[in-house]
Amino acid sequence: MKSVLVELRTKSRFLGHKKRGLGMTIYLTTIPILTLGMVFSGLASVASAQVTPQRLLDSAKEPQNWLMYSGDYAGRRYSTLEQIKTSNASSLVPKWAYQTMASGKFETTPLVVDGVLYATGADDRAFALDARSGRPIWQYQRALPPDIRPCCGRVNRGFAILGDRVFLGTLDANVIALDIKTGNVVWDVGAADHSKGYSITLAPLVIKDLVLIGVSGGEYGIRGFIDAYDAATGARKWRFYTIPGPGEPGHETWEGDSWKIGGAPAWITGTYDPATNTTFWTTGNPSPSNRGEGRAGDNLYSNSLLALDPDTGKLKWHFQFTKHDEHDYDATQVPVLVDDGDRHLIVQANRNGFFYVIDRTSGKLVSATPYGKVTWSNAKDASGVPIERKEASPTLTGIPVCPGALGATNWFSPTYDPQTKLFYVSAREQCDIFSTAPQPYEAGHAFYGSAYFPNDDTQPFWGAVRAIDPATSQIKWELKHLSPSWSGVLSTAGGLVFTGDAEGNFMALDAATGKILWHFQCGASVYASPMTYAIDGKQYVAIAAGSALFTFGLP
Amino acid sequence: MLSSTATLLFFVSTGSIEAQEKNPFAGDAKAAKLGEYQFRLNCAFCHGLGARGGGRGPDLTRAQKRHGNSDAEIFHNIHDGISGTAMPAATNGGIGVGMSDEEIWQVVTYLRSAQVMAPAQPAGNAEHGKELFNGAAGCSTCHMIQGKGGRLGPDLTTVGASRSTEYLAESLRNPSRRLAQGIFEAMKEFPKEYESVSVVTAEGTKLSGVILNEDQFTVQMLDTHEQLHLFEKDKLRSFEKRRESAMSAYDQKTLSDKDLQDLIAYLQSVGAQ
Repeated sequence: MKSVLVELRTKSRFLGHKKRGLGMTIYLTTIPILTLGMVFSGLASVASAQVTPQRLLDSAKEPQNWLMYSGDYAGRRYSTLEQIKTSNASSLVPKWAYQTMASGKFETTPLVVDGVLYATGADDRAFALDARSGRPIWQYQRALPPDIRPCCGRVNRGFAILGDRVFLGTLDANVIALDIKTGNVVWDVGAADHSKGYSITLAPLVIKDLVLIGVSGGEYGIRGFIDAYDAATGARKWRFYTIPGPGEPGHETWEGDSWKIGGAPAWITGTYDPATNTTFWTTGNPSPSNRGEGRAGDNLYSNSLLALDPDTGKLKWHFQFTKHDEHDYDATQVPVLVDDGDRHLIVQANRNGFFYVIDRTSGKLVSATPYGKVTWSNAKDASGVPIERKEASPTLTGIPVCPGALGATNWFSPTYDPQTKLFYVSAREQCDIFSTAPQPYEAGHAFYGSAYFPNDDTQPFWGAVRAIDPATSQIKWELKHLSPSWSGVLSTAGGLVFTGDAEGNFMALDAATGKILWHFQCGASVYASPMTYAIDGKQYVAIAAGSALFTFGLP
Repeated sequence: MLSSTATLLFFVSTGSIEAQEKNPFAGDAKAAKLGEYQFRLNCAFCHGLGARGGGRGPDLTRAQKRHGNSDAEIFHNIHDGISGTAMPAATNGGIGVGMSDEEIWQVVTYLRSAQVMAPAQPAGNAEHGKELFNGAAGCSTCHMIQGKGGRLGPDLTTVGASRSTEYLAESLRNPSRRLAQGIFEAMKEFPKEYESVSVVTAEGTKLSGVILNEDQFTVQMLDTHEQLHLFEKDKLRSFEKRRESAMSAYDQKTLSDKDLQDLIAYLQSVGAQ
C-alpha cells in the first residue's frame, strides 16, 4: 500500500472530534485507479469495526486481528499467522514506532481490529493508531488525581473491546468506555476509592455483554474483588469479593478482622472457557504481604485460581497456590487453558516457582513441579499442593528465600503453542532476603509489614525463557537472559517465539529449540508482552519498550 | 528517563503540604523504632538493613552526608529525591510504596539514632593516603579521582561519601567479593558490574580488560591499555568473562592496616568535598 497516499490527517490531535457523528475524516490524495477498490474496502472495514461477542468467541477465525489481551479466551497468546516464520525471521525490519511521550513502564498489549490498533500507556494515556502506518487517529489522557496509590508504577496493560467501544481501568480505580472512532468517554464509573489504595492496571476481559475487571492494591490492605459491568451502560452487574465476608465459606481462614484489609487483588486479566461458561481469574498476595502475624489461616482466596460463572459472578471452585503467603507470591499470572486429549486443563507457571497443572473441570491439582530455584517449600500436603517450609517464614533480621519477592516469573504473559505443545515463560532466577517490619494498618498507606533485599551481592541475578512440556512438566529448552526479564512471550504458527529482555532487545526464537533467529535493540528494557496482527496480507509483530510502541514485519 | 520521572514527581509533591523544617520527633526513641521499620520498607533495598550502605545506596550512618546534614535537608532529600542520583522521591511510584511526611520524619529520627550508634570513623592520615593512592599503592593507575587517574576501575571521587568504611576496606582486601557497579540504566533494576573479560577476535588478537556494558549480542569493553572495543559476540572466536575483579587483592603484606586506614581517610576526605 506504499504507493497509495492515504493520510489520516491529525491536524487537531483528536481527529473526528470536531464533527461527531460523521465518522472518521479521511482524506485521500493521489489514488491509483487499480488500488482504489482496495482502499475503499479498507475504509469499509475501518468503518464497520464492530466487535460482537460472537467475534470474540471465534477469534481464531480472524488471526489478522488481536481482539483481547491474551489473543484468545484460552489465554494462549498464540497466533496462527505464519507469514513470518523460522525461515525468514532473520530478515525482519522495523515498520514504524509510536512514541507515547509518557515516562514510566510501558506494559501494554495493543488490540488490533480491522486495521486500527488500540493501546494504553503509562499514566492512563490511550490511543488509536492506523496499524499500517502508526499514525494516530485519536489520543486520550486521563486526568488523574494527585492522591492515587499505584504501588509499582503508573502503568496500564491494555484495552478490551466490544461494539464501538474500548474499555480500560484507571489508576484512580475507575472503569471507563471510550468511543473507538474518537476516544470520547462514553461512560466512566468508579469501582473503588483510590485514596484507600485501590487502583486498576490490568486490561479488562469482555464476555458476552459484560466487561470483567479486577483491582490492584495488595500493598495497601485493600479487600480485592472482581467486577462485571454492562458494556452498554457501565452499570455494575456483579461483584465477587476475593475475600469472603462473614458467613461465607472461607471467611474462617482469616484471623479476627484481618479479612477486611486482606488484599487478594485480582490484577491480571482472566481467561474464559465457553464450553462450560466458566471464567478463570487469579489473585494476588494477602496483606500485609510478607508478615503472616495477625492473619493466621490459609487466607482464602489470596494467591488463588477462581472459577466463576461470568453471568452471575458465582464461585464454582477455587484452587489456592500459596496458602498463608509470606513472600509476596501473587498468583497473578494468566491461567492458560490447555486441552490434552480428553483432559481439560489450566496450566500456570506461578510466581512461587512451581509449574501447576490443574483440572479445570474440578479444580483439582494434577501436578506441581518447580521450574526454577525454590526454597520456600520443601513439602507437599496430601493433595500434592506445595506448602511453606517453616524456616522460610520472614524474620526480623531477615532470611534468604528463593524465589525472591519479584518471583520466579511475574505478571508478564506466558504463551502456549498448540503446534509444539509447549508452554513458554520468562523465568527469573533471583533470591531475596525477607525481613519483617511490624506495621499498623492505616487506610491508603503502604502496608507491607516487611521488606526484601537482594540476597547476595556476589551473585548476579539472571533470567531465561523456558519451554515447558505440560504433559510432563519438564523443561525442554531454555534461553538464558543476562538479567531477569520483564517481557512476556508470544508464539506463532510460523514456528516462532517472540520475547524481549532487560537489556532492550526484542527477539525471535525458534519455538522448537530456543535458538535466536533475529533481534532488534529497542533502546529500553521491555516491560510488556508481544502480540501480532496482519493488514493487507502483511504480518506485523508489536512490542512496547521505553515509551515507544514498535512494530516489525518482513521487508 | 529517571530525571523526567523525578521532575514529574517533584511537581506533584510540591502540591502537597509544605514540610516543616524541624523534626517533630527529634530524640524520640519510639519514633526512631517506627522509622527503622519505615526504613526497612522503603530505603533498605538500596541503603542496607542497618543503613550502612548497600550495593547502590550510600552509608547513612555517617555524620557527614554528601547532600546535607541537617534534619531538614535529610527530610527534603527523602521527600523530593536527589536529582542527578538514583535517589527517588518518597511519593507514590518513587521509594517503595511511599511515605507520609510524618513517616519521613520518623526515618530521619531513626537515621540520627543509627548515626549515634555507628562506630567511630577511622583516624587515618588522609595526606599520606593521597600519596599512596597516586604512588606506591598504584591506585591511580586504574582509578580516577577528580578527573585524574586511570579508567579501568570505577571513578572513586565520591566513593568515600557513599560507601561504609567496611565496604571500602573490603574492596581493597578482597576486591572480587563484591564487584563495583558500572553503568546505571534508569530502567534497569540491576546494573552491570566491573567484570573481567578475555576475548579472542576473529583475527586472532587476544584482549583482556573490563566490561563496560554487555547484552545478549554485544559487549563494550576497555582493554588493559584503556582501548575501547565494541564487539558483536558471535563474531568473536572466544569470549570469556569472570566475576573476578581485575584488581589484585591488597593483603597486609602489600598494604599494612595503617596504610589501609590512610587510604580510606583520603577517599573519605575527597568524598566530603
